[in-house]
Amino acid sequence: MAVKVKIPTPLQRLTQGKEEVDGAPGTIINLVTELDKKFPGIAERISEGGKVRRFVNVYVNEEDIRFLQAEATVVKDGDEVSIVPAIAGGENAYSVKRYSEKRNILTL
Amino acid sequence: MAVVNYLTIPKHIFDEMIAHCKEAYPNEACGILAGKGNEVSKVYKMSNIEKSSVSYFMDSKEQFKVMKDMRENNLSMSAIFHSHPSSPAYPSAKDVSLAFYDDCVYVIVSLMEQEPVVKGFLIREGAIKEVRISVK
Ligand SMILES: [Zn+2]
Repeated sequence: MAVKVKIPTPLQRLTQGKEEVDGAPGTIINLVTELDKKFPGIAERISEGGKVRRFVNVYVNEEDIRFLQAEATVVKDGDEVSIVPAIAGGENAYSVKRYSEKRNILTL
Repeated sequence: MAVVNYLTIPKHIFDEMIAHCKEAYPNEACGILAGKGNEVSKVYKMSNIEKSSVSYFMDSKEQFKVMKDMRENNLSMSAIFHSHPSSPAYPSAKDVSLAFYDDCVYVIVSLMEQEPVVKGFLIREGAIKEVRISVK
């Protein structure tokens, strides 16, 4: 028995199309690091500098880890971890302007 | 992945979506339209935890519950909607960079004019493509 890890569709091309993979018991951040050994590139998509990315929701047995011990939340064999991209956005005039400035730079 | 070039929304669901956006005004509202493929049959009105007029972040607990509910009812996430209280119905740069669900239609409800303007888009790898919305 291992930790069951549910992979979201956008990341399944890193897991050879697998929707569910086995994970290592321990902290969430350790699980992510271990996962990267089997599926290179996945850790970088989920975390950055030892922290789960802001726009990635990670749940342990249906509870958001933000309401547990975040990256330090400990999982054991039989637990279920779900990785789910957040649903977010916004109209940020400043970033829109920056984005177009960046585009201008790139096209020059 | 199926090619989506339209989204069909029943009138009562469309009206519920608009009402949810107006309720949150002047803040942004968000929600999920579920159904079979491009045919919407259910609306989930979600909470924007940012309570902001320029951004939204769907409540993660609600999101998990709804995803489970959709699975149990054999529905898929056809569309994700959110409102633009004071800008046009077009994805912002932030909307594009955070569009992780590339097989979902992103519906934007603009409330900047007297009458709401509703448009749908597919956002894939930074490219925006408008999708026709038909209200039945
Ligand atoms: Zn937006």
